[in-house]
Amino acid sequence: MASFVRFTLDGRECLAEEGAQLVAAAKECGVFIPTLCNCPGIPPKGACRICTVLVNGMPHTACTTRVVEDMAVVTRTPELEAFRKSVVEILFAEGNHLCPSCERSGNCELQALAYRYRVTVPHFPYLFPKRDVEAWHPKLVKDHNRCIQCKRCIRGIRNDKGQAIFAFGKRGDKVVINIDPETSKDISDELAQQAMDICPVGAILRKGKGFDTPIGRRTYDRAPIGSEAAP
Amino acid sequence: MSPKSAKAKKIVATTSLAGCFGCHMSLLDIDERLFDLIELVEFHKSPIDDIKTFTKECDIGLVEGGCCNDENVHVLTEFRKHCRVLVAVGECAIMGGLPAMRNTIPLKECLDEAYLGGATVADCNPGRVIPCDPDIPKILNRVYPCHEVVKMDYFLPGCPPSADLIWDALVALVSGKELALEYRTFKFD
Repeated sequence: MASFVRFTLDGRECLAEEGAQLVAAAKECGVFIPTLCNCPGIPPKGACRICTVLVNGMPHTACTTRVVEDMAVVTRTPELEAFRKSVVEILFAEGNHLCPSCERSGNCELQALAYRYRVTVPHFPYLFPKRDVEAWHPKLVKDHNRCIQCKRCIRGIRNDKGQAIFAFGKRGDKVVINIDPETSKDISDELAQQAMDICPVGAILRKGKGFDTPIGRRTYDRAPIGSEAAP
Repeated sequence: MSPKSAKAKKIVATTSLAGCFGCHMSLLDIDERLFDLIELVEFHKSPIDDIKTFTKECDIGLVEGGCCNDENVHVLTEFRKHCRVLVAVGECAIMGGLPAMRNTIPLKECLDEAYLGGATVADCNPGRVIPCDPDIPKILNRVYPCHEVVKMDYFLPGCPPSADLIWDALVALVSGKELALEYRTFKFD
C-alpha cells in the first residue's frame, strides 16, 4: 500500500501519496496549478515553467517536483501569477498565433491560459518569425507557426512498434518539431487523433478535421481552464 | 437638450485602419443599447457619422485594425493627438491580425503574387503594373500593431470583440469605473 505524506498547499494541510507529482497531487486537493508542457501519462519535462510554484520558499516547476513529507507549497502569489502571465505573453509574441483562423481556437490550452490571465496584449514585441506549414503527410498537418515546442508529441506519441513519430530538428531558437516520414508512414486515424489531442495548441492537426464544434460549446468557451480543480 | 448635458457627454471617435469593419459591426451589435449609447456619448470623427477630420478634442478613440500603409499611420497619429484615451479594438489593432500573415513574407514577394505572378492575376494586368500612384497610400514593409506605432491605453481582444465587451468598455470609460473583464466576453476569436 502506498504511504501517504502530509504537506501544506497554500497554508492548508493536505495528504498525498509519497512521491506523487505535485501538479497531480494539488489537483486531487482541489488546487489548480497551470501547466502547458505537462500532460498526464507522459514523463514531465519542466520545459515551459508555467507551473512554477514556491516549494519551501524556492521556485520549482510543479510538474517535475514530487511530494515529500512536510513540504510547504505556495501556488499563488501576485508574483507567481504575474510570472505565469508573462510566460503566456512570451509564447504569444514568439510564434505566429492567429486565434481567429486557428482550428484549435476554443480548445487551445495556451489560449485558455491567456483567457485565465486576461492577456489583452503581450508586453513583449511580436517577432513574426518566418515558419512553415507542413502538409505533405497524408494524415497530419504540422503548423510550425503555432508550435510552442512543449515536446508533448515527442514524449507521448509512439507508433505500434513503439517508435516516436515526432522528433526535434535544429537547435536553440530555430528548433522545430518534425514528423518522421518513416515511423509515421502507416499511422492509424486514432493515432493521428491522439497526436492532435496531445498538442496543447493547434500545431498538430488531422487533415480534414477542424471547426467541428460550434462556438459556445468548445472546451474553454464558458469556464476558464482549471475550473474543474478549483472553481 | 440643454447645452450643459451636451457638454457632459463624452466625445467618441472611431476608425477602421487595416481592418474589415467587423469590429464596427460588433459595436452596432449592442442593439437597443445604441439608444443608451447616444445618450452617453457624442460621436465625432467616425465612419458612423462620416466626419472625416478632427475639429475638436475627443475623450475616447476606438481604433480597429493595425497599420498596413502610411495613411493608417497618419490616421492613427491624428487619433493619438486628438483623443485622450485610445483603445485598440480587436485582434488586428492588437497584433495585426490576418493582414499580418504577410509579415513573414518580403513585401516584394507579396506584391509580385498579387499583381504579377498570382494564379488569379492571369491576363488582368497586361501592363504588368504594380500600382504606385501618389494618391494611393504607400504600403508598409509589414503590418504593425497599433501599440508599435503610438501609445495605446487599452486593448479589447476578439475577432471581433463581442458587443457586450465593447459596451462594457464604453460604459466603464464613460463612467470612470473599472472594467470587469468578464470571462464570457473575453475571447480571441
